Amino acid sequence: MKPSSITGMWGRGKFIIGGVLILAAVVYLIVSSTAASAEYFMTVDELKAKSASLAGQNLRVSGAVIGDSIQYNPQTLNLTFTVAQVPGDNATVEAQGGLAVVLHQAVIDPTRTHLTVVYHGPRPDLLKNEAQAIMTGHLGPDGIFYADELLLKCPTKYQEAVPSQVVSGG
Amino acid sequence: MVADFGFGILVLTFLVALYSAGAAFYGYKVKDDRWVESARRGMFLTFPLVTLAALSLIYLLVTGHFELSYVYAVTSLSMPLYLKITALWGGQEGSLLFWSWLMSAFASAVMLRKWDRDREFLPWVALVTALTLAFFLSLSLFFENPFTRWWQTSSGEVAAMFPPAGSIPLIPPDGQGLNPLLRHPGMIIHPPMLYTGFVAFVIPYAFAMAALITGRTDDRWIRITRRWTLWAWLFLSCGLLLGMRWAYDVLGWGGYWGWDPVEIAALLPWLVGTPFLHTVMIQEKRGMFKQLNMILVILMYVMVIFGTFLTRSGVLSSVHAFAESNIGPMFFVFIGIILITSISLLIYRWGDLKSETELSSTSLFSREALFLLAALLFSGIFVVCFWGIVFPLVSEVVTGQQITVGPPFYKQAVGPLFGGLLFLMGIAPLSAWTRASLKTIGRAVWKPAIPTALVPPLLAALGMRSGAALVGFTLVAFVVFVTLYEFWRGAAARSRSQKENFLLALWHLAGRNRRRYGGYIIHLAMMMMALGILGIELFQTTTQQTIATGQSIQLNGYTLRYDSLAQFTYVDGRIVTRAVMSVYRGGKFLGQLYPRYDYYPDGQPMTIPAIRSTLADDIYIVLVNWENVSVLQTPFKVYDNPLVLWLWIGGFVFIFGTLVAAWPDADPLTVLAPGQEVRLAGARL
Repeated sequence: MKPSSITGMWGRGKFIIGGVLILAAVVYLIVSSTAASAEYFMTVDELKAKSASLAGQNLRVSGAVIGDSIQYNPQTLNLTFTVAQVPGDNATVEAQGGLAVVLHQAVIDPTRTHLTVVYHGPRPDLLKNEAQAIMTGHLGPDGIFYADELLLKCPTKYQEAVPSQVVSGG
Repeated sequence: MVADFGFGILVLTFLVALYSAGAAFYGYKVKDDRWVESARRGMFLTFPLVTLAALSLIYLLVTGHFELSYVYAVTSLSMPLYLKITALWGGQEGSLLFWSWLMSAFASAVMLRKWDRDREFLPWVALVTALTLAFFLSLSLFFENPFTRWWQTSSGEVAAMFPPAGSIPLIPPDGQGLNPLLRHPGMIIHPPMLYTGFVAFVIPYAFAMAALITGRTDDRWIRITRRWTLWAWLFLSCGLLLGMRWAYDVLGWGGYWGWDPVEIAALLPWLVGTPFLHTVMIQEKRGMFKQLNMILVILMYVMVIFGTFLTRSGVLSSVHAFAESNIGPMFFVFIGIILITSISLLIYRWGDLKSETELSSTSLFSREALFLLAALLFSGIFVVCFWGIVFPLVSEVVTGQQITVGPPFYKQAVGPLFGGLLFLMGIAPLSAWTRASLKTIGRAVWKPAIPTALVPPLLAALGMRSGAALVGFTLVAFVVFVTLYEFWRGAAARSRSQKENFLLALWHLAGRNRRRYGGYIIHLAMMMMALGILGIELFQTTTQQTIATGQSIQLNGYTLRYDSLAQFTYVDGRIVTRAVMSVYRGGKFLGQLYPRYDYYPDGQPMTIPAIRSTLADDIYIVLVNWENVSVLQTPFKVYDNPLVLWLWIGGFVFIFGTLVAAWPDADPLTVLAPGQEVRLAGARL
């Protein structure tokens, strides 16, 4: 082999080695960060069914807020409420008549699985009856969900609502 | 009437776009330039046409035609005129029409350029822009029509373009009004900026495809598109910054970036465009990275369409709770077509895109290699962000269990890569072309390295103990010193040789090499932003307390005294609850802040934080809870956000730097002549 082609190979080789190293670093960063911060998105039913195996996991749970259960102490900022099971995927929600209907059904149906949630912090504006709550946190051994983060959605307020008070015109 | 007119115009534009695509292709096939010219004129026509359609919708919005479901959804009688106009992009259907309008503007603008020297690109640029426009118009026509009206049928109310059988028109007396969260100046400019950035990225892609199809893969296409890309990149960056500022001002959670999937969707094209703007320089000067640049341009366009898809299809759960929509499959088909065509062409021309200079003949520390490394790190960040978005979807398909990753994932994974980029920003400007070695880099770097070395002990002496912060601030200092050193070195050399005084030399230097020094200004701006990001990410402190008037909250040496609470009704009907807080530091009165929340008559509450910004830190007070608040019991959340003002200052400097780099030259071709640049680079060795 001629010397020039050896340097040529080494010339390309150093870039390949460098590229592979960076690739490995990126893969490592993604894998380790994914493992460290993965949150399992579950419904209340799934959570209750698998509660034994979920200790210490980062979880994300969605449910319908039961208005009467909301207890809030503005002095200590302790907030407790109960959510009811709602289906997890959009297709099922749509099939059952949309988010507003699903949330309403979940709240009035006493046979649904319920989950008590404890959160420390100011009471969010949108926390009210039949809101959809998405909580991030962990499940305690007492079966209570301890939320670190609380996200609320009120359905259809600004989305495609049909006019409720309309005037028929010609 | 106007609605029918607007809809008719949209149908017409759709046909014109399809005709232009067909005429361009046919003109190429039969080698008859008259057909291509006809396609070009057709594309000219799309801009006034879509403008008419958009004006029709604006007219309907402004005059309160609530029988249109879109007008009903986004406006109400009580809204001021400017909000009624900007409601054009306040909802799904209007946004898509607005997208098409911008697309037609860019398509017409690019058709206007002089095509004498690259006429062979014209049919393909016309074809790509025409098809993209036709795709978005088809969404408006068949799925998200902004001109549909309400009809009362026996089975209920329906929204449709044409009256269903046996129905009578419905005319609601008032609309729902724009979501209050969107009634903010930042939200009024943010979407147009972002969309302009998105849409402008279509042009580089069109030229890239033209180059691949015609086989004219020299750097002509890249010279044409570099400036388009720079402008697109500027608009996209402004859009991102405005969105951040809006989140900071309106959402009231003390931050500006929540790693929300929709935010990331807008960031993805930026993460591809930024390395492209760097590697494109290497292609211009050294004829390298042709394959990489082609891949980046294709990816940039795919990310634009993908980002629009994510934000517009409702596939992701996000704070940007956009309407659920059935346009998702359309986007999938469109992205699929783009990918298959682009990748096939790329494979077909792969051999023609070989480097003119072998990469192996360059040193690992040459500027070319460092730019390649930077592109790799950017790709790393891109992959991290992309993975974060698609992971929930992938995990659901693979395991049946939706697993999401939150902000910690992005911070952990992006942090080190961003640190690496900072380091490269420091050494790349000082590295030489092709034959740099550790020794030559060391010789160039040691001067700015000396003040940099003083930074960590200084910060440690001031009490900073966080390792990430020490590394971060040291890297920022390094880049700042290197960049300033570059300015100084260039100006001093010119000052000596031209016998000019230093400031004049600096002015001429930057004026003659605007691209390079504009780039350095952008680097400095990035460092200001990095300062703000490090400050808020690593040193944000917060407290939440419920207090009565007269009582105070202490945070980081600040005393915030709660003076009073007032409630009143504003002219547009919202009920405003406003607290007055006096800010003290070390016994000194600094001013008053007015955190408030607005309660809209339709039941939507909105928390507006009060912010006192200084170069050192922001005091950010949120009045939480709109229920159960009284003068005796008011819950506040207070944040102390160090250095975050630098993020916004950096934003302005960034815009300035990009304008310096992107502003049209009298004759771009002579200024960008490769010989000139090479001579400059040579002179620096």
